[in-house]
Amino acid sequence: MTRSVRWSVLALSALLVACGSDAPPPQFGADPAIPEPQRRLVPEMNIAKPAPWHELRPTVPQGYTISAIATGLLIPRQTLLLPNGDILVAEGRGGGAPALLPKDVIAGFLISRGSTKVESGNRLTLLRDADGDGVYELNTVFVDGLNAPFGMALIEGSLYVANQDELVRFAYSEGQTRAAGAPESVVKLPSQINHHWTKAMAASLDGRYLYVGIGSNSNITERGMAAEVDRAMVWRIDVASGAYKPYATGLRNPSALAIQPGTGTLWAAVNERDELGPNLTPDYLTSVREGGFYGWPYSYWGQNVDTRVRPQDPEKVASAITPDYALGSHVAPLGLGFSTPAMGAQFADGAFVGQRGSWNREQPVGYNVVFVPFNGGRPAGDPVNFVYGFLGEDGKARGRPVGVTVDPRGALIVADDLANTVWRVTPVR
Amino acid sequence: MSVAVERMYLRPLHALHAAALAGTIPLFGGALLADIAYAYTYQVQWTNFASWLNAFGLVYVGLVLVWALVALLRSERDRVRPMMYALVLLALCVAGFFNALVHARDAWGAMPLGLVLSAVCAVLACVATWIGLAGRGELQR
Repeated sequence: MTRSVRWSVLALSALLVACGSDAPPPQFGADPAIPEPQRRLVPEMNIAKPAPWHELRPTVPQGYTISAIATGLLIPRQTLLLPNGDILVAEGRGGGAPALLPKDVIAGFLISRGSTKVESGNRLTLLRDADGDGVYELNTVFVDGLNAPFGMALIEGSLYVANQDELVRFAYSEGQTRAAGAPESVVKLPSQINHHWTKAMAASLDGRYLYVGIGSNSNITERGMAAEVDRAMVWRIDVASGAYKPYATGLRNPSALAIQPGTGTLWAAVNERDELGPNLTPDYLTSVREGGFYGWPYSYWGQNVDTRVRPQDPEKVASAITPDYALGSHVAPLGLGFSTPAMGAQFADGAFVGQRGSWNREQPVGYNVVFVPFNGGRPAGDPVNFVYGFLGEDGKARGRPVGVTVDPRGALIVADDLANTVWRVTPVR
Repeated sequence: MSVAVERMYLRPLHALHAAALAGTIPLFGGALLADIAYAYTYQVQWTNFASWLNAFGLVYVGLVLVWALVALLRSERDRVRPMMYALVLLALCVAGFFNALVHARDAWGAMPLGLVLSAVCAVLACVATWIGLAGRGELQR
């Protein structure tokens, strides 16, 4: 008896171990390595345990300095720069899709250990540095009672907020520190199940349209295709009428959107599918073409077919656009902001990407803000670590960067949804 | 007289033991049927059903295995049958555990290996139930 038990345990552990290492190959840029999918019996999980910052600070390049401009927030996700220099912080936690499989019960518990325990803020906080000394002395609730707000945009006298279920509008006048009243509904956003609940948002240069990112309702259709109606796409919403249309589809979780200054092109940072191994599938940064299809669920990184999806759709696969720039598998980009010359010569032309960090590969990746250099309006070159050290040498996570916003006066605002802090990185003058 | 000594009865199983043992057939068999339905329809809910049926099948088999091991340790004569019984249950446990891991893969990722493992489990559940229940309470030679 005991012998047979021992053998089966041995066989089991051999099967689990015989799956190789996951040293991350460079997987950046326009032509990343796309290895064969790995199907392990037990998916890799390595959730960095949270730890406080104490006197530590995230690391920034030489010639830059970082400070915490707000702490004790209630899960800050995204920030918005207002014309007078005030900063709005969207705080909250959405989702809550029910466990579908026995594994969801286990995975949900493990993932929650790597996130903040704070209650969802469901509010916007306003930060103000009136005298320009870099200390945001005013920290006040602009509006509360929202529903997991994420994307924000200001178009003339209106502040738009994308809750997890609805796009709403507030009247805004410069200098305001508190919303004048209840929000007005512009349009309901898809919110059933809300597996990927964040609603990223960006406004077109002419102010006519808002683009809203709507993530898929599953990793790879395991909740059925009916749950994916109006999901995994970017909507373009007419601000005046609330009319919307799918602007681009097949984007699994377009969790950060930004308009490129100058060209007005929409760019998205997209979280790709899991459970194909530690080096699949690359999350990416891409310009978004109107009417474009980017693969999900049928294929990834262009036309690599995902066999987990049935029925398959070869026609859709053939039409799938290869994204512009791979950021690496599982880095989890949740923030995107285009830079400005005020950020310093080396970081003048390009985009900052906040990467919340992996939980499903053995060697953690992400947990940083990278700068993707651009040239002639296109990504050119490897990403540069711009804010890092969120994951300590001890393997503990002190913070997890999400939303990034560039202050045109020369500062990068980083929301940290684990330390519940907003960081500000500035060039030393 | 000596003939009478060689005769013995197999004691009936405890009612809970018997119920849990027989319950493995609809659970693992149900998982197999659900996997077959998924293969034919691509309706993803069927593979979810299979996952949960297999998971509860494992709970039942775990309980029965404990019972079987205790019976094996306490058996004095005729250890072949209790040994077979425990081995089949152990095999079912291992196959069911692998099946749970395979069914944890999203959507069609669980297939076709999941269906094969569900079939193995369904057969093992039938065999275990047969060994466990057959001839109980009848006079044995």
